[in-house]
Amino acid sequence: MAKTQVSFNLNGQDVDVLVEARELLIHVLREQLQLTGSHIGCETSHCGACTVDVNGQSIKSCTMLAVQAQGATVMTVEGLAAGGELHPLQQAFMDEHGLQCGFCTPGMLMRGYRFLQENPNPSEEEIRSGMAGNLCRCTGYQNIIKSIQTAAAALNANTGSQAE
Amino acid sequence: MIPPSFEYHAPGSVADAIALLSQYGDAAKILAGGHSLLPMMKLRFAEPEHLVDINNIDSLKGIREEDGEIVIGSMTSESALITSTLLQEKCPMLPEAAKMIADPQVRNRGTIGGDISHGDPGNDHPALMLALDATFTLVGPNGARQIAAADFFLGTFFTALEADEILTEIRIAPQAANTGASYQKLKRKTGDYATAAAAAVITLSGDTCQSAAIALTNLGATAMRASAAEAVLVGQVIDEDLIKQAATKAMEICEPAEDLRGDAEYKTHMGGEMTRRAIRAAIKNAGGN
Repeated sequence: MAKTQVSFNLNGQDVDVLVEARELLIHVLREQLQLTGSHIGCETSHCGACTVDVNGQSIKSCTMLAVQAQGATVMTVEGLAAGGELHPLQQAFMDEHGLQCGFCTPGMLMRGYRFLQENPNPSEEEIRSGMAGNLCRCTGYQNIIKSIQTAAAALNANTGSQAE
Repeated sequence: MIPPSFEYHAPGSVADAIALLSQYGDAAKILAGGHSLLPMMKLRFAEPEHLVDINNIDSLKGIREEDGEIVIGSMTSESALITSTLLQEKCPMLPEAAKMIADPQVRNRGTIGGDISHGDPGNDHPALMLALDATFTLVGPNGARQIAAADFFLGTFFTALEADEILTEIRIAPQAANTGASYQKLKRKTGDYATAAAAAVITLSGDTCQSAAIALTNLGATAMRASAAEAVLVGQVIDEDLIKQAATKAMEICEPAEDLRGDAEYKTHMGGEMTRRAIRAAIKNAGGN
């Protein structure tokens, strides 16, 4: 099968890949670009472990073709930490024990990252519906909610100090 | 899971997309949001040789008002329905219902046109379109035609859309005065299809029901209007007893498929309950008691 060249921006860097039309974005991210942070869970767009950011929206990369990323801006969990420092969301998941086995965490972080930009001051109920596309089989979600709340406070404090 | 091989096309205009559909006929499928088609392809329930991706056609996206009608582009995402101030103001049932569809990530990709065109009785937009008396614009090689939602859903995965046509626009009248609408959906969990769901649109004149539209999701081979249930309400001052009678009429047309969500009896019963809740909420939203 003929391959198509696809160019997009991944975590701030321009990348070119040759893909078959039938290849899904998650497979190209993991197998060609060697970014194995995004996980393959259910492969049926239910679990959210493969969540990445495409053009400023959270999407499930198991249900998007890699060819559809042509010209897109893509961010994966590998793009969260900057300059050797954890992103406030990552720090919050550590501090609040927002993970146990960690399998769902990359998806939780990427959804949380976008969700807190859509809604910087969410109520607990809003967090629950905003994070409803991500499943966790360990934590019972309580600490994930707490992690998002802690991250929201940290991010808002940062924004506040920048504005001063 | 990886879909079978296919040739990928990403036309930039409706005309180019229709040319591709005309050329490849039944061997081609339209790719909208992909959240029904790609999973089906992974499971080999669908094996199109050509995939015509219409995500790059900007004219198919967006919500506007034109000649007193609300016009929704078929490639408008569920997320865009939810955040549309125009819909919140003039067709509030649609954004409220879209919140009950799938989850945030899926709603960013999933489109209203894909949900309608797929013909799945479990999808939510068909019943909403029936209750709202929507009109669809279908464009094919011989131009555009308009079709009422009531004439569009022909059977499970079977609609009036021809193989070389694309659903481009959905037209809905803005909600009339003294009107309330509600969509009530029972589902087991986030992202699930409805066990049963009902849409109701009710217009009051004083305390009297002037008109009523009721439609059901996942309770038969397609979404369907419950006309006999509507007839119970029109011209009456609606009370609990009439709501119960209307729900009984709605249950009489239910023929749900048995699956893990429940057997036919349970689903029919839930269809009645969703109908009752939708009627009550619609009356409340219309400003009645």
